[in-house]
Amino acid sequence: MTLTPALDAKLAEDGPAISGLKPGMDPISDAAAGQWTLIWRKFLNQKVALFCGGVILVLYLIGAFAEFLAPGLPDTSRAQYTYAPPQSIGLFTPDGQFQLHVKGYTVAIDKAALRRTFVVDENIIVPVGLFVEGPTYKFWGMFEANRHLIGPLDPTQTMYLLGADRLGRDLLSRLIYGTRISMSIGLIGVCMSLFLGVVLGSISGYFGGWIDTVIQRVIEVVSAMPTIPLWLGLAAAIPLTWSPIHVYFVITIIVSLLGWTGLAREVRGRFFSLRNEDFVTAAKLDGSSERRVIFRHILPSLTSHILAVTTLAVPSMIIAETSLSFLGVGLKAPVVSWGVLLQDAQNIRSISTAPWLLIWPSLAVVIAVLSFNFFGDGLRDAADPYET
Amino acid sequence: MLNYILKRLVYMIPTLIGMSIISFAIIQLPPGDYLTSLLSTLADGGSPIDPATVERLRSQYGLDQPVWIQYGKWMLGILTRGDFGFSFEWNQPVSEVIWSRMGSTLAISFAALLLVWAVSLPIGIYSAVRRNSIGDHVFTFFGFIGLAVPNFILALTLMYVSFRVFGQSVGGLFSPEYVDAPWSPAKLWDLILHLWIPILVIGMSGTASMIRILRANLTDELSKPYVTTARAKGLPEYKVIVKYPVRIALNPFVSAIGWVLPELVSGVTITAIVLNLPTAGPLLLRALVAQDMYLAGSFILLLSVLTLIGMLVSDILLALLDPRIRYN
Amino acid sequence: MEKPVLSVENLNLDFHLRTHILHAVRDVSFDLHRGRTLALVGESGSGKSVTARSLMRIVDKPGVMVGGRIILRTQGREVDLAQLASNSPEVRAVRGARIGLIFQEPMSSLSPVHTIGSQIDEVVRLHSKIDKRAARARTVELLGQVEIPDPAEMADRYTFEFSGGMRQRAMIAMALAVNPDILIADEPTTALDVTTQAEILDLIKRLQTERGMAMLLITHDMGVVAEVADDVAVMRFGRIVETGTVDEIFHAPKHAYTQRLLASTLKLEQPADARAEAVITPQPLLTVKGLTKVYGGAKGFLGTKKFALKAVDDVSLVLHAGENLGVVGESGSGKTTLGRLILRIVEPTEGQVLYRQKDGKEIDVTALSKSELRKFHADVRLIFQDPFASLNPRMTIRQIIGDPLVVEGKLSARQIEEKTAELLRLVGLSPDVMERYPHAFSGGQRQRIGIARALALDPRIIIADEATSALDVSIRSQILDLLLEIQSHLDLSFIFISHDISVVRYFCDRVAVMHRGKLVEIGPAEKICTTPDEDYTRALISAVPNPDPRNKRMLHRTRLASLSTSTVC
Repeated sequence: MTLTPALDAKLAEDGPAISGLKPGMDPISDAAAGQWTLIWRKFLNQKVALFCGGVILVLYLIGAFAEFLAPGLPDTSRAQYTYAPPQSIGLFTPDGQFQLHVKGYTVAIDKAALRRTFVVDENIIVPVGLFVEGPTYKFWGMFEANRHLIGPLDPTQTMYLLGADRLGRDLLSRLIYGTRISMSIGLIGVCMSLFLGVVLGSISGYFGGWIDTVIQRVIEVVSAMPTIPLWLGLAAAIPLTWSPIHVYFVITIIVSLLGWTGLAREVRGRFFSLRNEDFVTAAKLDGSSERRVIFRHILPSLTSHILAVTTLAVPSMIIAETSLSFLGVGLKAPVVSWGVLLQDAQNIRSISTAPWLLIWPSLAVVIAVLSFNFFGDGLRDAADPYET
Repeated sequence: MLNYILKRLVYMIPTLIGMSIISFAIIQLPPGDYLTSLLSTLADGGSPIDPATVERLRSQYGLDQPVWIQYGKWMLGILTRGDFGFSFEWNQPVSEVIWSRMGSTLAISFAALLLVWAVSLPIGIYSAVRRNSIGDHVFTFFGFIGLAVPNFILALTLMYVSFRVFGQSVGGLFSPEYVDAPWSPAKLWDLILHLWIPILVIGMSGTASMIRILRANLTDELSKPYVTTARAKGLPEYKVIVKYPVRIALNPFVSAIGWVLPELVSGVTITAIVLNLPTAGPLLLRALVAQDMYLAGSFILLLSVLTLIGMLVSDILLALLDPRIRYN
Repeated sequence: MEKPVLSVENLNLDFHLRTHILHAVRDVSFDLHRGRTLALVGESGSGKSVTARSLMRIVDKPGVMVGGRIILRTQGREVDLAQLASNSPEVRAVRGARIGLIFQEPMSSLSPVHTIGSQIDEVVRLHSKIDKRAARARTVELLGQVEIPDPAEMADRYTFEFSGGMRQRAMIAMALAVNPDILIADEPTTALDVTTQAEILDLIKRLQTERGMAMLLITHDMGVVAEVADDVAVMRFGRIVETGTVDEIFHAPKHAYTQRLLASTLKLEQPADARAEAVITPQPLLTVKGLTKVYGGAKGFLGTKKFALKAVDDVSLVLHAGENLGVVGESGSGKTTLGRLILRIVEPTEGQVLYRQKDGKEIDVTALSKSELRKFHADVRLIFQDPFASLNPRMTIRQIIGDPLVVEGKLSARQIEEKTAELLRLVGLSPDVMERYPHAFSGGQRQRIGIARALALDPRIIIADEATSALDVSIRSQILDLLLEIQSHLDLSFIFISHDISVVRYFCDRVAVMHRGKLVEIGPAEKICTTPDEDYTRALISAVPNPDPRNKRMLHRTRLASLSTSTVC
């Protein structure tokens, strides 16, 4: 049988017909790209998640450099500035000179409501500068310093960019210090959760049998119980006499104690489905010990998922801390967290007098939670680069 | 079917026991036993203490015996006499205080659950079918916000907005003038006016997560071969979707009650505290702060049982929906 | 000649994927005539399925029709379906009514939560305005026509209560409900066992002739084509490379690809030339004695006695050095479990597996400790069915093939690399691919990698579990030849587990036939494949389609009474 040249050419086709997405573009090759490269490429496509990752980074940086970033100290109270409203930064003084400044207040008495109200006084100019000297703090509790990113040039004057609370404390400074506590509780809590989840998950998986059953039942029971009553019950048992740092750690433990169940369930489920994969059977037949199978073959397939699930667990930790502190059974003054700040906004009276006490801390919580959610979601979508 | 329900019931027993142990552990957590707290409170109040009463209580709750016997006595009391212990703060048996509060908790949770379903079902279907449309993105965004805003912040915000816009205080279930008034259409309307905020608040995050679940499941189902079969029959597109994939994606939707319900009950607790609703929440918090532990523990136990019953109902619903479960 | 009932002219379809645009169908044209069957043949990825779906305008996203005409001539009218919107009422009136469709996987193609009857009622009522009761009567009549026993009662059952063959019958009933002019059968028997396949093909063929329908049969199996088709169109990479009558295609193929496809198919109809004569030694290499595996049977929850399943029931056989032993059987026959029992991936309930080591000592595998078992696993290796699932996607080819060597710990890193390169060459791949990941390879190449991994530890026995069934026919014979070639210069024995009798015939010296956990018959491959002793084996062998349209085997097949009426599971 002889072939015509045209047929011959057609047979020479050795693959399906493809072309680039746009004219002149080559199809993308990833023949030698490993798991993390593929995940990274997939993740880079998710602009929102990427942006939220940036927001989270900024929040942690704020937490890390709270002392420097805050214009003042979180617990300096000035009775005369009770519920002073937020001031905005102006660029030019009335006489046309460039000078960062805020306008001062005058106090008027509202006769009908019998309370003081603040009126912005166009005539009082409080000059504001960057990298100014202000109240002295101990950076990370170690180095004494007094530089602040922003603040009134004259340390005796006041600046309330986000307003003041009932004791005349600066909300901005408190919010910045609160970022440190709230964001770190999320992080430490999730690490503890992960630790608990991994330890109990391994015990469960390693011993199997009745131990596995018991642990699974405990997870089931805990996750079937409504969380807030349970948190309340545990947190309420913290003695009032404990030091703030003590309370901080116990609250973190409580929050993570209830957070690990979901994590453990997810990891266990994936672990068991991976255990039945052909490539894991192949690894066993290759002579790998149980431990090598787990660490060399199963865990690398799990890590990206664990990372995503862990990220998605952080927001619930932050919300838990905030809720507990808000209800008065979590962190307490003098510790400053977003939840503690929200305690000042507990009733309609204080909210209507000083709405900023509700708005700013809430916004902080929502931004943090939202960012973690979007970021974690992006991670999860990118976590399995091999699914079609 | 009956066999299946029976199985689920039996399966619930260890979970129930687990929950009661955790609740009891919470009762035991604060230092000192319940009687010492009682005595000190009574002493503070200057009331005379009858040593005989003390002795009777001590033996009734087994306070001088090991913890597990105390647990046994507590459970025995609940199971045989409906006796959950004694609330020293109210100076009444816990069971006197607890039931009306549990009733309103149940009612509000149930209303919130209905809202969750009613809202998330159409939106979830829309989002999955019109995946990546503008509407889908808008709903997804709001869904994320709904997940991100903690209940109490939402409650506070709505409270503030309603105060500003309507000049109305929204705490409690009734305006002051209706609290003691007999039932009338006006009172009912007043109740509805008060109820929409808590139900909205409680349902918000549940709705958001249910939309996500439905959207994900339905997206999976939409690419299944049986959908192509339905299309190949010549069915119009909406019928293809509603009769087949939606019907099947309903199964995880129904079984999701299992974890949405604990969330709702949780939400009711904290929202009720903020909005001062007469449910279990505020009382639980008060009991905890005052270390009125039998009351607190009983609330926690009953709230847990409530979610467990909800899960049983969801299991039964699921079996009704899915023949594969019914027949196995 | 009458005008074709459907003509496809220059059909083009694109898929917009993440990294590129795939031109899945290119300039495809063909005609369907009443009473005739056109088989669209091609290997995976040739675009045959998409072509079929585009006739009903049900191509899933991201597929887009970019050109061509689909002319349907029914009821005295001509319609170009390609011009209509895919959801227009006109197209919907064609779907299910003028064109019926049967899929490959009847389980997932039917709704799991609706009864079979209600799913058929629906299509009846949709296209003919009759009431519920009349529709059900029609459904029952249809179920009867597709030979479902007790149709009135079966109509109220759910999909999962039907066996595979029964489901496909129900699917056929649904496709034929409104007497369509055209039936599209998309790999209708690929998921079924051969005996069931023969019955279903019989049924489809009979119904088609009775009704004078045109049929478009999509398949990759040249045997099925020869048995069923009148005309054939061969597809490759989205193009039709050759069309002709079935006789022309099989006996005078013009295109080189058709010739190659046929050659690979026909090659598997006889024993391989390259096969070395096995030396039957008095001392077998592996002896299986009374091996049994029972699943379930323990007391269940609430004291109900659970259903016990004997997956493998008292199987005994031997394997000699240098021998290729085939194990054939239909799904559920226990052949895969048998392979796993020998390796103790699954623990046997009863029985012994004796293995003669290199030093001549015979050991009982079922009694080995964990570390001894590991040594046994170096001698006896497994090749998996699914070349996608059996390679860890997160490891490079170097790591995958080298893994058993790394675990063994005898060689230095450098030696391992050299050995890996050598193994790659042995299986016909270039050592340059070592740093690539599995996702960069095709199914056949991946299977080669799997073979290299199996060879890494210089094994004596390889258990190949459906090692070629996930591959296209041309690749399949390449892999088989590769295994034979490797065997010719290594001291190897194979246990070759397969549902595909031709593959076993090509590759094996002796064949064991399994049915419902039991060993039915064991003997030399030629004898089993031509003149078997047992009725079951005869039924099985004669149900295999013969890739020769002048000698249709299936029509004169032996039928077993117990098999032809498949029962509800």
